[in-house]
Amino acid sequence: MNTAIETVRSVTGTYKYGFVTDIESETAPKGLNEGTIRFISAKKNEPGWLLDWRLRAYRHWLSMPEPKWAKVSFPPIDYQDSYYYSAPKTKDGPKSLDEVDPELRRTYEKLGIPLHEQEKLSGVAVDAVFDSVSVATTFRKQLAEHGVVFCSISEAVETHPELVRKYMGSVVPYTDNKHATLNSAVFTDGTFVYIPPGVRCPMELSTYFRINAKNTGQFERTLIIADAGSYVSYLEGCTAPMRDENQLHAAVVELIALDEAEIKYSTVQNWYPGDAEGRGGIYNFVTKRGACRGHHSKISWTQVETGSAITWKYPSCILQGDYSVGEFFSIAITNNRQQADTGTKMIHLGRNTRSRIVSKGISAGHADQTYRGLVRMGPRAAGARNHTQCDSLLIGGTCGAHTVPYIESRNRTATVEHEATTSKISDDQLFYCRQRGIPEETAVALVVNGFCREVLQQLPMEFAVEAQKLVGISLEGSVG
Amino acid sequence: MLEIRNLHARVQDAEILKGLDLSIGPGEVHAVMGPNGSGKSTLSYVLAGRDGYEVTEGTVRFRGRDLLELDPEERAGEGVFLAFQYPVEIPGVANTTFLRESLNAVRRYRGEPELDAIKFLKVLRERARKLGVADDMLKRAINVGFSGGEKKRNEVLQMALLEPALAVLDETDSGLDVDALRTVADGVNALRSPDRSMLVITHYQRLLHYIVPDVVHVLMGGRIIRSGGAELALEVEEKGYGTYVGEAA
Amino acid sequence: MNSMIGATATGVPSWLRSHEDAQARLPGADRPWLCERRAEALAAFAASGLPTRRNEAWKYTDLKALGSVPLMPAVTMPEPATACPVPTVLADDDVAARLVFVDGRVRPDLSHSRDLPAGVVFADLTAGLSRHEALLEHCLGHRNGITGRSLLALNTAFMDGGFMLRVPRGVRIAKPIEIDRLSGQARGSDGAPLAHHPRIIVWIEDGAEATVLENWAGGGDAVYFNNAVADVWVGNAARLRHYRLQDEGAAAFHVTTLRAEVGRDGDYETFSFSTGARLSRLDADIGLAGTGAHVGFGGVFMMRGRQHCDTTSVIDHHVPHTACREVFKGVIDGNARGVFQGRLVVHPGADKTDGQQSCRTLLLSDGAEIDAKPELEIYADDVKCSHGATAGQLDDNALFFLRARGIDERTARRLLIEAFLADALDQISLPALRTRLTERVEEWMRDRREEHE
Repeated sequence: MNTAIETVRSVTGTYKYGFVTDIESETAPKGLNEGTIRFISAKKNEPGWLLDWRLRAYRHWLSMPEPKWAKVSFPPIDYQDSYYYSAPKTKDGPKSLDEVDPELRRTYEKLGIPLHEQEKLSGVAVDAVFDSVSVATTFRKQLAEHGVVFCSISEAVETHPELVRKYMGSVVPYTDNKHATLNSAVFTDGTFVYIPPGVRCPMELSTYFRINAKNTGQFERTLIIADAGSYVSYLEGCTAPMRDENQLHAAVVELIALDEAEIKYSTVQNWYPGDAEGRGGIYNFVTKRGACRGHHSKISWTQVETGSAITWKYPSCILQGDYSVGEFFSIAITNNRQQADTGTKMIHLGRNTRSRIVSKGISAGHADQTYRGLVRMGPRAAGARNHTQCDSLLIGGTCGAHTVPYIESRNRTATVEHEATTSKISDDQLFYCRQRGIPEETAVALVVNGFCREVLQQLPMEFAVEAQKLVGISLEGSVG
Repeated sequence: MLEIRNLHARVQDAEILKGLDLSIGPGEVHAVMGPNGSGKSTLSYVLAGRDGYEVTEGTVRFRGRDLLELDPEERAGEGVFLAFQYPVEIPGVANTTFLRESLNAVRRYRGEPELDAIKFLKVLRERARKLGVADDMLKRAINVGFSGGEKKRNEVLQMALLEPALAVLDETDSGLDVDALRTVADGVNALRSPDRSMLVITHYQRLLHYIVPDVVHVLMGGRIIRSGGAELALEVEEKGYGTYVGEAA
Repeated sequence: MNSMIGATATGVPSWLRSHEDAQARLPGADRPWLCERRAEALAAFAASGLPTRRNEAWKYTDLKALGSVPLMPAVTMPEPATACPVPTVLADDDVAARLVFVDGRVRPDLSHSRDLPAGVVFADLTAGLSRHEALLEHCLGHRNGITGRSLLALNTAFMDGGFMLRVPRGVRIAKPIEIDRLSGQARGSDGAPLAHHPRIIVWIEDGAEATVLENWAGGGDAVYFNNAVADVWVGNAARLRHYRLQDEGAAAFHVTTLRAEVGRDGDYETFSFSTGARLSRLDADIGLAGTGAHVGFGGVFMMRGRQHCDTTSVIDHHVPHTACREVFKGVIDGNARGVFQGRLVVHPGADKTDGQQSCRTLLLSDGAEIDAKPELEIYADDVKCSHGATAGQLDDNALFFLRARGIDERTARRLLIEAFLADALDQISLPALRTRLTERVEEWMRDRREEHE
């Protein structure tokens, strides 16, 4: 069994993306106050309404206690000991991809995200966010031909203020929770996507988040609007250098799906998890929520969570439209001293709404992992259905795995089914593999991979490869 | 090929094998028969190197090597194959993925080049066809939802792919009806060759109708108490294990 | 959190006043050790007040309605109720002993202990205090745990009524012991509703066996509050079957705090059948403390009107090789609400734990609601744990099938509901009780039908 632990360690423990890019940055003065917020807003030439909104959020934030309900522990965050804005120095922001700072370009190449459109990620458009700002967005022209807007949120504030104003904060209000409220006050950049009615977005859209600067929090905000009858698949990846201090990442993602629209949102989260003793790593306190506003709309969340010292994240769906569908597929791997409290909320409001939750948790080392989920069937949710499957795998006797589902049903015709299991990798399975010549570490990876398969299958091809590597085994055999 | 001398083994606190001697030459098929609790499964697990089966005395040499010092996967690489009495289910892992992982691991061990996906599929499909294993069974997760017969056929398919020097068949007949038994036995017989030895472990004689052994051993109380030709199996069937109780003491 | 609430917390001032009125009359008022214990508990209660929904364990159950009722401790009641019929479950010949309370007072005329083996201690709390004081002190002292549990503290402060049962080592009591408790018959001075705080102590020593049946009944629609605490010990290789029927009056509040500990190879089977009360809660805390310990924890709740029934439990697996089966079934009609919160904890080192939990609920009407929170909290890797929860309505296909076979819809519904409850009721290993409860289910269905007509 020791080998099994080693294997998981080798999967999650050696962090490939821990390098630091040496680049000159411009930062806001350290600490958090109204001045910081005005500084950020001024940097971005924001309109008055947005500054007001930020300040309202900030004032509300001051009155909010830290949320304590999650099963994670960490010392109090000193919000004054952090920078809230850090951007690579540029003259005016790159106008074309060729103007991107070569140092940044090399950074993204090292991360496997080429910013040249002709390179291997063809078919995927990328918005590259480096610390507090978006540094490049690819394939914009091709997307624009289809009417798809894909740009940084700062740019969208200038170019599509009516959409931003209408939808930002409409799914996650600035009063939502401490971390989301902080984001509302200090968010620096992020991605904006708008898919016009009836358009099937011709390529995968993605954002790659990179924290580079020291002592800097990252607060990006993503807003995706899929208008009636449209479809978009969006991917998100993230990494950070290895540092001894903890860095806060408090993002907000809002999705809006109108009538018959579909949004597929996938995340491979690989922030620096800290070292084996639990030093350093990212605090990943993220609020992700989608509203299925239209009838027959669909929002599907897929996440592979392997990084971060602490993950606090519940990608959720508000199923307002009749016949709308919410999905949540999750793999979370925690090792060493990592802590994860993650899950989802499916709020069924409309009639005949459906949701499906598949959560696979793997815990090793001294890690603690919690699945926390809410399924609520409102009084109007006639004929609604939910099915939840929630499995945990424990590796070694010093980790913890917890399952905390909340099920609330107020409609007689709604059906909720929740199943959860917790077990370890079976000795029988490992011996069977080894008898067939497969080394133990491969055998563990194989079994873990099988355990996660249902979720891995949900990922778009481009991400599946990275995710499989993270989980520790290739799935090439699926050609059979 | 296989030389077992004075083998003693324990599981937890109980000594199960108490001085077992067995020697199998190249190309020979030996059957070990014994009642419940005689140590049949322990013998197969000890040969395959399962954790928790502790050898306290004796030696096992396989093609000149000390088998006992090897890890299970190394033994597989050396050519020891165990067909499980209860093949294990591994949810989510496609049979094909598993078989390729296995075959390439063994090939690596033997210093042979790994097969790419296309070559592998060709080999697999050909072997599968011979054994009447449907494509659908290859795509499904290993043994998950397989019938008893499908599981055993899958074991034989793995054996055909890995081309072992020694195949240990642990109660391969258990849970099979006559038709399934015949299919599986046909598969095994097709794999008999002058450089492949087999050790067929069984409680009942009926399997030995279909896989006719060169030598039959009776295992009782953790030791081989009688050895003979194929006719010994019939004698056991006729008289029952009770006849040998005195000899086991 | 506690300091924020202080003495103004829900219900606190009136409880403090009523304690002053009652204390001289509470059992053991002349025993300093008990008075001290009561005072300490009262202080703990005063600090926190009744639990509020801000407390995660009370997220779905609101005691505000209870807090607004001017309750009076039953001990201050001037006149006990006159002889009235008391509903019982098993016939006198089928029980080893019977203890009957009406409005918290023992009815000796209806009680007996004719089939108890020698050495068994079985007495109501007042009698127990005079005859087995050391034992009582020992049991009360063994578990305090009032911190953060204000209803338990309240019970200790006002403890009155209830009983103690000790079955000595190796003694097996073949027949069940039945405790019938009828409430809501009398009122306090000025017609104030009564509050009862019975304390139940059950100690089954090593190798001993017993069956305890608690029957909580309340005719009529009087408001009253039963705030019970049951402390249970099941020794090594001991066995206790513990059944609870909660059929309190329509306006009653009922809370039982159940704490149990099971020793090596001990077997504790407990089953709660709840149909009564305006608001009821079972708050169970069961520890498997010895290897080989086994717990069966089950129940059925059938609610209608505006009833609220909460089952909250924590099952702690402390050591290796323990097993727990938890099966609950609920049927909710009208505007009633069911709550199920079940946490299963496997502590570090408790390998080979086998824990299974399920809660399935049928919602029969548009206003019905279920809130379920089954939790697994696991700190050992070599375990087999699972839970499941479902909520929904009767299977349309099954209903159609029965009707297609000529069964009218009403009967078909009844049959399906009974079938739904059957595997929970099958957990009861006392045939006479199983029969009685099956009848009770039918009765409930009949009442429901009349209500709807």
